[in-house]
Amino acid sequence: MTARTDALPTQEMTINMGPQHPSTHGVLRVILTTDGEVVTRAVPDVGYLHRGLEKIGERVTYAQFMPFTDRLDYLAAMNCNCAWAWAVEKLAKIEVPERAEYLRVIVCELNRISSHLIAFGSYTADMGAFTPFLYAIRERERVNDLFEMICGNRLTYNYARVGGVSGDAPPGFLEKTKEFLDYFEPKLDEYNNLISYNKIFVHRLANVAVIPAEEAVAYGLTGPNLRGSGVPFDLRKDEPYSVYPKFDFKVCVGTGERGKLGDCFDRYMVRINEMRESVKIVRQAVAQIPDGPVLAKVPRVFKPPVGEVYFRSECPRGETGIYLISDGSVNPYRLKIRTGSFVTMNLFEKVTRGLMIADIVAVIGSFDIILPEIDR
Amino acid sequence: MEAQAIFDTLQGKFGDAVVELQGEGFSPAFVVVAPAAVKEVSRFLKEDPDLSFDSLMCLSGVDYKEKFAVAYHLHSLKHRHAIGLKAMLPRENPSLPSVDDVWPAANFHEREAFDLFGIVFEGSKDLRRILLPEDWEGHPLRKDYKYPDFYHGIKV
Repeated sequence: MTARTDALPTQEMTINMGPQHPSTHGVLRVILTTDGEVVTRAVPDVGYLHRGLEKIGERVTYAQFMPFTDRLDYLAAMNCNCAWAWAVEKLAKIEVPERAEYLRVIVCELNRISSHLIAFGSYTADMGAFTPFLYAIRERERVNDLFEMICGNRLTYNYARVGGVSGDAPPGFLEKTKEFLDYFEPKLDEYNNLISYNKIFVHRLANVAVIPAEEAVAYGLTGPNLRGSGVPFDLRKDEPYSVYPKFDFKVCVGTGERGKLGDCFDRYMVRINEMRESVKIVRQAVAQIPDGPVLAKVPRVFKPPVGEVYFRSECPRGETGIYLISDGSVNPYRLKIRTGSFVTMNLFEKVTRGLMIADIVAVIGSFDIILPEIDR
Repeated sequence: MEAQAIFDTLQGKFGDAVVELQGEGFSPAFVVVAPAAVKEVSRFLKEDPDLSFDSLMCLSGVDYKEKFAVAYHLHSLKHRHAIGLKAMLPRENPSLPSVDDVWPAANFHEREAFDLFGIVFEGSKDLRRILLPEDWEGHPLRKDYKYPDFYHGIKV
């Protein structure tokens, strides 16, 4: 923007958005410097939810840290559970029974669906359409029912174990999962008809906060935010772990179908399409799941060998990377958890420059950030 | 490219600044470099067409008791290979050049390492505490950190 010298003098104003603001998806504080309705600078201030999980991790054993991973990203706790288990298994080179891996993939993908549902629902609510949020919550309840069936909990699951999962699927679980998939898949078309291509909704998202592919890579974006910029990178495909190579699914990328490639609409659409792919994966996993044990024999006093690993897994909000250093004792020597939302917030200031205040809400929603994952 | 080949390339280019290769027990392997050379090595890793490590996945501070370290996890979307880069720092006044103009992704990670370990990244465009309050004393992820009893009169 260039300032006009003959115009009325205006003063820049600093506005505090959050930390208690419904559209910041948690306790995110953004310090906005505005010139009228235009944001000249938006600086995110994070850390309100810092619980020191990495420090806690140095004081508990590998198994004891599992419930803490639930609190990393409470909308996708299964994915965080499994990421921790996979990281520790990579460190200690533990063979996991195949049935356990299948169960993990099933719950991870179901959790991806329920997490993307919240992303979809809360985003539409942020954009002024409240009804889809209720639809999303209705579907998510059914996923929660499934999780309650398999592990007894509805939000923080603590389901994975080092070496497998805490328990086998109860009788009827796989059938119920199939029922859910049959019920859920047509709903995605319903959402698209209801809201995705709604003219007002599209106008709020298209061409807003465009992130070119090179910038997305340079800033280390991962997950749907990276794919929204048209980069076909998905850890489940490109650095496969667990039993993901056995399943046929496609990597969804943004296509710039309503505006420039890499805008808010593309990131939104990637999540909608990914739910369909997750349905596909769960269907195949339920059909192919072998019989057998679900937990490998891991010693009670578990001491992994000395070493350092970095394990990357595809969580709904991007790559959750766990850098784990072991000194051979029962506690991790150091662990660092790199999360998708944390890295995304780094780009926030750059991408919001020059937008309207209302667009800031659109950007936060399109990134689908979650604060416990940023602050840890 | 394999870790050994990357190490040989780097050593050929930077000589003594490239200290050792940590291979056994490390996944991915780490190339240990002198702290002062971190920025040049990073730029080379990013810009060399055979390496082209275009993304910095993770940057972590580590307290190895006798020394601090900064560990960089790099990945190349073009070649689909990964490597770690590590710089060992003395406990007294740990500092090294910032890499945030090589990979803009570094900024938040560097702020976190500064906040929780007290490692100073020289030339960083914005080095402030990120997770803890600005007036917090000490750096909690250091192994010799003493927990405070009170913060502004509130029992911790």
